[in-house]
Amino acid sequence: MASGIGDRAGVTRRESLALASGLALTASGLGAARAQTSGAPVRVGGTLALTGPLAQTGAIHKVVGEIFIAQANKAGGMMGRPIEWVLLDDQSKPDLARTLYERLITVDKVDLLMGPYATANILSAIAVAQRFNKVLVHHTFGIPKLANYDKHFPAWPLGAEPEKTMPAAVYDALASAGKAPKTVAIVTSKFPSVQFIAAGAREVAKQRGITEALYLEFEFGNRDFGPIAARVREANADLLFMGAIGLEASQLLEALDKLNYQPKNHYYVYPTPGPLAASPLGANALAATAYEDLAPLNSSPTAQEFSKLFHAAATSAKLPYAEPDTQAGTSYAAWQMLTQAVNATKSLDDDAIAKYLKTNGADTIVGKYSFGGSNNYGPDLMKVKQVQGGAWNIVWPKETATPGKAIVAK
Amino acid sequence: MISATLLGQSVLSGLFSGCLYALLGLGLTLSWRYLRIINLAHFALIFLAAYIAYWMNSAYGFHPLLTCLAMIPAFFALGVAQQLLFIRFKVGEFASVIVTFGLTIIVESLIQWIWSADFVRMETHLARGSLEIGKLLAPWDELFMCAVAISVCVATWACLNFTWLGKALRASLDNPDIAASFGVPNRALALLVSGAAASFAAIGGVFVALLYTLTPSSIYSWFGVVLATVLLGGLGSPLGAIAAGLLIGVGEAMTMAVVAPSWAPIAPFTLLILILVLWPERI
Repeated sequence: MASGIGDRAGVTRRESLALASGLALTASGLGAARAQTSGAPVRVGGTLALTGPLAQTGAIHKVVGEIFIAQANKAGGMMGRPIEWVLLDDQSKPDLARTLYERLITVDKVDLLMGPYATANILSAIAVAQRFNKVLVHHTFGIPKLANYDKHFPAWPLGAEPEKTMPAAVYDALASAGKAPKTVAIVTSKFPSVQFIAAGAREVAKQRGITEALYLEFEFGNRDFGPIAARVREANADLLFMGAIGLEASQLLEALDKLNYQPKNHYYVYPTPGPLAASPLGANALAATAYEDLAPLNSSPTAQEFSKLFHAAATSAKLPYAEPDTQAGTSYAAWQMLTQAVNATKSLDDDAIAKYLKTNGADTIVGKYSFGGSNNYGPDLMKVKQVQGGAWNIVWPKETATPGKAIVAK
Repeated sequence: MISATLLGQSVLSGLFSGCLYALLGLGLTLSWRYLRIINLAHFALIFLAAYIAYWMNSAYGFHPLLTCLAMIPAFFALGVAQQLLFIRFKVGEFASVIVTFGLTIIVESLIQWIWSADFVRMETHLARGSLEIGKLLAPWDELFMCAVAISVCVATWACLNFTWLGKALRASLDNPDIAASFGVPNRALALLVSGAAASFAAIGGVFVALLYTLTPSSIYSWFGVVLATVLLGGLGSPLGAIAAGLLIGVGEAMTMAVVAPSWAPIAPFTLLILILVLWPERI
């Protein structure tokens, strides 16, 4: 159970979550495997952006953490002990995240750490974890080259050089449909974890002989996309590659629509998935993903159960988009990693947990993680998804594409 | 080479933004000038109205403009209640910044508690599409917002300048004791201004809901540009707010079109600093 000053989840929501979890466990036959937990709880400390500009995504991670802990505590917790999540609100502020992680270690004396949401906050938490020699498993770190602490374990499966692999996947996906772009308009927010991907998209485009028709940067939090849309329309490139995070993709598409312009092909790095799928303007939009409630990713019983629980809990938490996607999937994967390592080593010792993860990796709903590469990054597990018929489908790589679905390109 | 179409479209976009800045700043400029309250909670009221408009539309299918009409008296009452509290606790000009910022945080938390921290968008077919002016396109929803913003600001200006109410307000501001001796009801006027300011927040909020996707924390993203509009336009000046809003909106849009979008946030504050340096008595 979550606790602490940052926990705003009411008893009612926790109770409903536990009930939903219990029902799902029973329905899926896992109830029989229920193991009792006993003894003092294992206290896992972490922060999330429960308020502030990143709160809409922080809310997803909170829901996922609660789901996982409710499930895990019914299945033996960590080493037979219940898991207690000491969750604090970092207000979307990296400086506050740093202070709170220090507090979690030195005042709350938690046994283990779970990372916060968003790259800057994770970077703050990594610095604290490094100072206290603690393992830090985290779910959403976006700039692998900046994380050089040997006991950090990322669940956002970007591979070591996403600034190269992510744009290359988009260009390859379009080329597979016979529509390799000849021109690209690159527009990016200055939010760090998307800006460097957009910068990489320029380099990869240059290497492939794709003409850069436009490159624009705008401040994170920009409201007026009218003039940017006018420039995108004027560039009229084969591909609009947007370093977008959150709502920026929808905002640009709405501004383009007001100019009666629809991009031929359009890719967004980390858009908020719900509005883009729901809007007719989002048709054929491409984006990065690591997890969706789609075959083949959801084929395991664990993934199916998680997806079902997430739907119920996200609806209960009033999240407008109740589909589990990359944020939810990687969040769950982070908890799976930590729990697997603790249960396998039967230890809360950070050195033992780190050694186990480095040696064995982790099996999660997102896929098999390994941490042997540069900065503890393993293989690139990211995929390309596309809005088709008002819903997201995975379209690239072909071997992980949603059955019967292929990229639609113009 | 920047095309004339791009420049023209950017100017149009800036004009639309400017009108919205003026509409959002109108209540703020009135309460600052006539009540000596720097009411940062005005932004919270705008977003509360926006969320109510969204909720009434998505849950019950209410037309946003009908919701707006219903909210005007309700928000007027809210504004009156707020001013009564300020009078009761003798909140002064500088204390009002802290108090109203606290109120903003409370309203933000309330919004997040009711509607979650996630994005919400009012899906309406109201005024979709664009008016074509040669190669330029003017979205109908933004044109409508501009018409309302200009009408409200001009009507407020006329009320302040050509009615007994406006004279009474100015008299009350100059010397409340003498004004009272001439029968000016200072307290009632203060409540009226606060109520009207909150009503303007309701109108602005409906247009924010119509034009933008909402999140609770986006309340704060409007602070800088709207405060710059209010200061640049001159406190208590509805027409000044329109002029300043347009100047800032077009300034931002042209910066985006000609220089780079990432430079656009600098535009309003550069203009503000220039005015403060060159024309300090304007503030």
